[in-house]
Amino acid sequence: MTTNVNYKIFGDTSILVEWQPVITKGILRDVLEFRSKIETFYTSGIQVTTAYNSLLVAFDDVKVDLPVEIETLKTIYLHKSKLNVSNYKLWKIPVCYDDEFGIDLKEIAAEKNSSVDQIIALHTKTVYTVYFVGFLPGFLYLGGLPKELTMPRKATPRLKIEKGAVAIGGNQTGVYPVESPGGWNIIGNSPLPFFDVTKDVPCFAKPGDAIQFYSVTKKKYDDIKTLVNADVFQIESEDYNG
Amino acid sequence: MVKVLQTGFFTSVQDLGRFGYQQYGVPYAGVMDERAALIANLLLGNTKNNAVLEFTMTGPKLQFLCTTKICISGGDFQPKLNSIPINNNSVIVVKEDDILSFGAKKSGFRGYIAVLGGFLTDVVMKSRSMFKNVTQHQTIQKNLLLPIKNAVTIEKQSNASLAVNNVYLEEKIITAHKGPEFHKLTIQQQKKLLNAGFTVSKNNSRMAYQLTELLPNTLEPIITSVVLPGTVQLTPSGQLIILMKDCQTTGGYPRVLQLSNTAINILAQKFTGDELVFSLI
Repeated sequence: MTTNVNYKIFGDTSILVEWQPVITKGILRDVLEFRSKIETFYTSGIQVTTAYNSLLVAFDDVKVDLPVEIETLKTIYLHKSKLNVSNYKLWKIPVCYDDEFGIDLKEIAAEKNSSVDQIIALHTKTVYTVYFVGFLPGFLYLGGLPKELTMPRKATPRLKIEKGAVAIGGNQTGVYPVESPGGWNIIGNSPLPFFDVTKDVPCFAKPGDAIQFYSVTKKKYDDIKTLVNADVFQIESEDYNG
Repeated sequence: MVKVLQTGFFTSVQDLGRFGYQQYGVPYAGVMDERAALIANLLLGNTKNNAVLEFTMTGPKLQFLCTTKICISGGDFQPKLNSIPINNNSVIVVKEDDILSFGAKKSGFRGYIAVLGGFLTDVVMKSRSMFKNVTQHQTIQKNLLLPIKNAVTIEKQSNASLAVNNVYLEEKIITAHKGPEFHKLTIQQQKKLLNAGFTVSKNNSRMAYQLTELLPNTLEPIITSVVLPGTVQLTPSGQLIILMKDCQTTGGYPRVLQLSNTAINILAQKFTGDELVFSLI
């Protein structure tokens, strides 16, 4: 996919690349393919950060000539990639939706004229796309929440949301990787480590990957947590090209 | 080792921050006033990425448990060694049991303490910069022992000092580039942003500085995109928020300006009630 992209100087040493302002998997793939080509070309001295429809190239060198680099980036973008960048995974994420964790589930079910079980069934049936990581270390921006599960953020944010909380805010769903204040509706908790500072790559999922939640009992949740704490839990995954 | 006797208002170990981890949502962190930290490290013969202590509004009280050299830089907080006044931007030899303390703030808002070889707290993701959920502590704690190199032999006191021009501590002009959404402002809004003065509100921290005066606008939110330290965001209510070193990696408010690196150093020394004027580069 080749599309119109805009290049803007952003501060002293960075270039912002923007696609049209829509959220689609096609644009995500284009952003990620461009990122891969940029990293291949420069090899070092830069870092690339991506979001839904944008990408930032930050240069280490304070004397970088940004207009020249924009021309370089344009050439890289138009160059056909021979790389196979579709090494994506679908991660299976255990979630305990018990009352103890899913403190807003009943309210959502009532709001949707549905049952808690139906809400869980819909939340676990869906495959979500990982667009990027932001907001908090290890917080995955996920796309694909069914319309039937959208739920406005709480009028008053909670001061403390537990690490691992699985939540719905507006048309988004996500997992709080660390304890944080937040206004999303809490529906469960995952025992997996979404941000691990001891790992060279602190997040197991990357942009372009997908995740699917599955429901586990409290017993199973505790068992997984024990294995996670011992650093021996293998997160289930399969190749993904959706 | 250096023992923390009093922490000061907000004191943390910082180097030049984390690079390459923003893709995992990890903030840059790092010293707010890079200029001040660089001067202190330079005078000590350190490398520029050696970790320093950054304090805010009030200085800490520290007891040295070994011999080293130190250099204080940034704002003037009337530093004292064993109750005797010492100068900023000077190399001072410190011996076992010496006590470093500070008085009232005379200029600036942040001060820096560098030691020979830097503070040797844990490296997490290639940086010692303290940040919540990344390093063990977010700030230094009372009675904490901060590891430093024990300089067994200190050569005859050189007492290097540098004539440092500190007028930037009083500078009001904040130079900036146009942000990605600058052109979405009307001409009148652009003029107001660049010509009207603004005041730092009481909401100022390592994460962001909010300004008191509003810039009424009807800009739509953007699709969440990348932000940087120095990004000036404009909220629907007209609030201007200047992101600083501990800011999130992405945001959804329109980005109207992007501060120069020099301007970030200047802003780092401002606090509640200080005035500033934006100027396009």
